[in-house]
Amino acid sequence: MTFRKYLVLAGITVFSTAGDSLLARGMKDLGGFSLHNLSGLLLAILNPWVALGILFLLTFFACYMSALSWADLTYVLPATSLAYVLVALIGHFRLHEEISPTRWAGIALIAAGVGFVAAGPSFTPARECPNSPSAPRDTVSLEVKS
Amino acid sequence: MKDLYAWSAIGIIVLASTTGDVLLSYSMKRVGDVGELWKRRGILAVIGRVLATPTFALGLMAMGVAFYSLLFGLSWGNLSLVVPASASLTFVANAVAARIFLRERVGRRRWIAALLVAGGVVLMAV
Repeated sequence: MTFRKYLVLAGITVFSTAGDSLLARGMKDLGGFSLHNLSGLLLAILNPWVALGILFLLTFFACYMSALSWADLTYVLPATSLAYVLVALIGHFRLHEEISPTRWAGIALIAAGVGFVAAGPSFTPARECPNSPSAPRDTVSLEVKS
Repeated sequence: MKDLYAWSAIGIIVLASTTGDVLLSYSMKRVGDVGELWKRRGILAVIGRVLATPTFALGLMAMGVAFYSLLFGLSWGNLSLVVPASASLTFVANAVAARIFLRERVGRRRWIAALLVAGGVVLMAV
């Protein structure tokens, strides 16, 4: 794991959070949609918040695909869950929203889960690939495998 | 009855998004480290190689199915049931599917993480 790879993982969290918030902000301007108003859904792209939100979500998808090209799915997924934590923390510190004890417990559980995975190896190739980076040894998973 | 509809929507969401994640992960492993490829051959080579992987399109389609079932699920059930239930079950289903289909070494460490994150997502939505 290099610094660049950690940046990509951070990009997954930041861009999905920002994209979702921008979309939500834009949709609030536009009001509700129904099946009878499909043209409105297409015109939604003209709203600058929605357009920026879509751009950020596309960036998120590019980061996600990049991460999946060099790391396990079970390594990358917990990183995506950090977005929930980021949304809650932004709401708390920027918008002064109250966070209930249950939500703090949820934040702690997600953070603990991410920590558990991050401490282990990022890539566990099924077969020996000649060009794969030598996977760091993880005694726990080796023990379970055998 | 409405509950049954909501839970079947949740089931389809979990199935479709797990299928999508596994297919996308499989495709990107076939493509290889995109950072290396970008450095050697340029961004166009990366995009071309990704789009030329058939399982990538299948994965995107599965993600589309998951997205539309989420929209249907939201019209049948509560936001506070459908979103956390499908998100947390997807984390656990992905760990199982990654072990079976992608042959990832899902050790004790990653099982614990999947369960912690799944539980955390539920708590955040309560």
